[in-house]
Amino acid sequence: MALRERKARVGAIPEGGMADIAFLLLVFFLVTTTIDMDKGLGIILPAEGQELEINKKNILNCLISSSGNVLLGGEPVELKDIHRKVKDEIRKNDKLIVSVKAHEKAQYDVYVEVLDQLKMANATRISIAETE
Amino acid sequence: MKFKRKSNIESKISTSSMPDIIFMLLIFFMVTTVLREYSGLPISLPKAERIEKLESKRHTAHIWVSKDGLISIEDKLFNEDDVRHIMYEKRASDPQLTVSLKADLAARMETISNIHNELRKADALKLNYSTKVKAPTQ
Repeated sequence: MALRERKARVGAIPEGGMADIAFLLLVFFLVTTTIDMDKGLGIILPAEGQELEINKKNILNCLISSSGNVLLGGEPVELKDIHRKVKDEIRKNDKLIVSVKAHEKAQYDVYVEVLDQLKMANATRISIAETE
Repeated sequence: MKFKRKSNIESKISTSSMPDIIFMLLIFFMVTTVLREYSGLPISLPKAERIEKLESKRHTAHIWVSKDGLISIEDKLFNEDDVRHIMYEKRASDPQLTVSLKADLAARMETISNIHNELRKADALKLNYSTKVKAPTQ
């Protein structure tokens, strides 16, 4: 009988497509995961109550005004020139500490730019004063 | 002259374990990828040249600061004075903690400075100002 013959077939899931499915999943995950590593300017804050008295000779004040102008050691300076000037100062005095002080209405990007410039000048001793 | 075949073994690479290999790769990628946990606040980051990569995502806590001075940690808004409590807890559970400050480029320094003070009180001293990459000018 024809009906019985049909029932005797073995129902198997084809395994050949398995690798393709797994590949597809793999590609999907590879494409969708964005490995966006966080990048930024690193800094170590001083611990609470570790304020040191520093000789005034070794401090270079860097003031950021509310309008985004920068005063380096009392003189107005272009943002791009900070690293050159700081480098010169450090060459003269290797104990120099750069103290960055920003006005409370100053913009963050100016501050980041100043820090970037200080890093370019290889100034490792950076002090961040509180805003005024 | 015809050489006699030494053996009749068929040299074929078996493909039956291919799905297993692929699945293993898949699982490896699924386990190692850390999905972005928090959406944070809409900000545009400032740009800098001398940037460093954060050591590890697992030892990083993010603080978002919008240009209006809103502070968001783990998608919750905080007052400036409350930052120290949550950061202190985080620091206590992970001594290697680095704080990544994602502040808008138009944020005011008053807010940033207050966060500095809060972090100092929380003893979370490793700070990273999150920035975008700027092409070197030199």
